[in-house]
Amino acid sequence: MTELTMRGKTAIVGVGATPYTKRGESLPQLPMELAAKALLAACADAGLSVHDVDGFALYSMGFDTSLFAQWLGIDVRFTGMLTGGGGGAAGSVGLAAAAIVSGQADCVASIMTLQQAASRFGASYAPRGKPGATYSAPPSPEGSFIQPSGLMGPGQMFAVLAQRHMHLYGTRREDFAEVAISTRNNAIRRPTALMQHELTLDAYFDARMIADPLCLFDFCLECDGAVAVITMSAERARDCRQRPVYIAASANGGAGRWGQAITWFGMPDEYFASSGHRPVAADAYRMAGIGPADVDVALLYDHFTPMVIMQLEDYGFAPIGEGGRFVADGNIRWPSGSLPVNTHGGNLSEAYIIGMTHVKEAVEQLRGTAINQVDGAEVALVTGGPASIPVSNLILHS
Amino acid sequence: MQGVPPADIIQLMPTVWTEPFWQATAEHRLVLPRCTECGEYRFPPTPFCGSCSAQTVEWIEHDGRGTIYSFTVIRHAVIPDVRDALPFVAAVVELPGTGGCRLVGNVVGVRPEEVRIGHDVAIDWYDVREGETVPVFRLR
Repeated sequence: MTELTMRGKTAIVGVGATPYTKRGESLPQLPMELAAKALLAACADAGLSVHDVDGFALYSMGFDTSLFAQWLGIDVRFTGMLTGGGGGAAGSVGLAAAAIVSGQADCVASIMTLQQAASRFGASYAPRGKPGATYSAPPSPEGSFIQPSGLMGPGQMFAVLAQRHMHLYGTRREDFAEVAISTRNNAIRRPTALMQHELTLDAYFDARMIADPLCLFDFCLECDGAVAVITMSAERARDCRQRPVYIAASANGGAGRWGQAITWFGMPDEYFASSGHRPVAADAYRMAGIGPADVDVALLYDHFTPMVIMQLEDYGFAPIGEGGRFVADGNIRWPSGSLPVNTHGGNLSEAYIIGMTHVKEAVEQLRGTAINQVDGAEVALVTGGPASIPVSNLILHS
Repeated sequence: MQGVPPADIIQLMPTVWTEPFWQATAEHRLVLPRCTECGEYRFPPTPFCGSCSAQTVEWIEHDGRGTIYSFTVIRHAVIPDVRDALPFVAAVVELPGTGGCRLVGNVVGVRPEEVRIGHDVAIDWYDVREGETVPVFRLR
């Protein structure tokens, strides 16, 4: 029987980004204008014309293909989107690969643009119409069981998972701090990063608590910017300007009872204090034909520090419950650790463009052009989410 | 009530599947939906059983005694309206005898520093407005 797989059939040929700024500082540019600038940069990186693009593979909110096509004169053969929110980040590139392998498009862009000016994700579930809650989702029947407690932002909700992880496994705030500090160390070597000053353990523990056990430095940044990634067939990729970065696997989804996760809190005890990634991790490793020991660099979605630790467990880099010890032992540090993580500075310290900076960094690592280059990196893992279904991933190789 | 966010930020949105729960809370009673086909509880209430896909439920009274499964202490106001209520505790409380049903609510009448996973709690009621009440918990 022929195996149905996208493994090795497509490659990322171009990546581009706008400058990243503090939230609101990208005004008066329009959010879609930022998206177009990122795409034009990605086309230039690949040596393509924007008119070579014929597909869009997206996730989360904020992008209008029809407007974009009209602005740039792009004839569209495929436009698709993963459902859900930030969990689809890495998976949007898998969707691009799926469109290409199935013959629906030849040159597919995955783009995220974000401008958190008048609005903030930090109050996503606050009641609409209240000051500070302009970005809120409308009230939902399920939300009625959560929101009255005052849980109104993703960080507060993930704090509940982090507290459970500490209770079950003895994970410490020092472990969360190691994620924040190692990521900051990577960021301060990069001119694109918003956070440029060193973070010490003392400064971490002096920071104000936001939602126990999380303090200010456990939270990602709120900022503006856009990132675009262009995918083509492996064959056509070899004619582009840059060395192709091949897509070995991508998976998105999650267990049924992971479901709405932090906006529901009904996940089974077995994986309540997890990242929700275990099913998609297994799918991606199977598709790629590799295991965790083969991964040279991991770009893990880091909206909140404990969720990096839980992903390290769910992707098999550390046994379940030992992610805290894994980071405390220095394993995720660049360049000395066994598995450098978020060498670009992540959502925590470079910029939060809902996970797309992680894809860009993985591509640069596998081209060998990263600022914090992992020596000899051949395989990179990229993740999107922890979030409600879908969470997603991407395994790339040079 | 201390230890809870202000009533005017609380928005309930009952549906045909959740309304019996909210009607009961308004009377300071806790009821949980149980599948009439396979006996599994579902919470929050949903139109289908996650195990057998049946729709019909019977509403079972629960005494509201449970244990804290996890929690956070909210110390930062993500919107200005909650500033005066800080700090407060939002907890996930597991209810014994329900196959793991969990309610989310504030833990009141306690210093946030004293709250721990595994603490036994009893349900109490926060009357938000006429006809709308949400569950809260007290240590027992």
